[in-house]
Amino acid sequence: MHELSIAMSIVDLAWEEAESHGAPGVDVVYLKLGPLSGIVKEALLFSYEIACQQTPLEGSKLVIEEVPIVVNCPVCMDRRSVQSLQSLRCVACGTPTPEILEGRELMVTAMELRA
Amino acid sequence: MIPEPRLVEVRKNVLKQNDVLARALRERFREAGVLAISLVSSPGSGKTAFLEKTLTLLHARYKVAALVGDLATENDAARLARSQAPVKQIITGTVCHLEAAMVQNALDGWNLRELDFLFIENVGNLVCPSSYDLGEDLRFVLLSVTEGEDKPLKYPTIFNSADVAIITKSDLATAVEFDEAAANRNIQAVRPGMQVLKLSARTGEGMPVFVEFLENRRLRSSSAATVRT
Repeated sequence: MHELSIAMSIVDLAWEEAESHGAPGVDVVYLKLGPLSGIVKEALLFSYEIACQQTPLEGSKLVIEEVPIVVNCPVCMDRRSVQSLQSLRCVACGTPTPEILEGRELMVTAMELRA
Repeated sequence: MIPEPRLVEVRKNVLKQNDVLARALRERFREAGVLAISLVSSPGSGKTAFLEKTLTLLHARYKVAALVGDLATENDAARLARSQAPVKQIITGTVCHLEAAMVQNALDGWNLRELDFLFIENVGNLVCPSSYDLGEDLRFVLLSVTEGEDKPLKYPTIFNSADVAIITKSDLATAVEFDEAAANRNIQAVRPGMQVLKLSARTGEGMPVFVEFLENRRLRSSSAATVRT
């Protein structure tokens, strides 16, 4: 379980960003999470609260948007989603699709700053 | 009046710091002409035995070295040192994986230009190491025949983050009724097109093919480096 160290990185990143905007605090941190990031959403939410304690982010909320895997299907020649993490095949034609375009995200996309 | 919160766009990778360090390491490896290979697997899959055998086989003809991650002990480094190759232990404490900064620190005092191959053995863990780029050229995921053929389906993310799958302890395959076809099918399901090598560090079965694979990869990456420069 490495979600706590990830949560601490999110807190550091968010506070740095808030300071650069001259904000006194943060209300919400928005995060994009892909299934191939290796991070479990529930564990991260739990860790986030702990990581925020006694920091300027205490009381802030983490909102996680889970995004799907997107591959480039060599047969459809287009962006496609896959059957599952256990079956990286194009949903449309069933071709095995190793070329992953999206799905590894672990990214802070936006924040609501306290005025 | 209560001031309105302000929504700002950020778009920053949480692991940016690690990714930046990993990229710098990859560049250092390329410039030095060393092929860096990391090993990930569950605890007890035979990473250290496999690495000891690999180092011993390569040591005669190449300059090889290894970094080995462990939570608490230096036992692995002591075992690997029997191969005569330089080995450094990275003790991670409570951290369940290696990060690029740990690799960078451990390389202090080593001249990479004197090396042909650098091996980085991660902490035994099939979950956390998948999130961290270490700057390696190739990541091997090990799966021993005693673990069960469905490991790739249970841990698809780590298999997906790796370049090559290595089935270890092949000498025990019959005893544990290992279903090789099922294992291959599961590996291909989570990482289509992944190369799979099967070997035994104990009997040496499959090791020559593995060594040849390493030599070819090194030749390929050093010729690519020559073309680029």
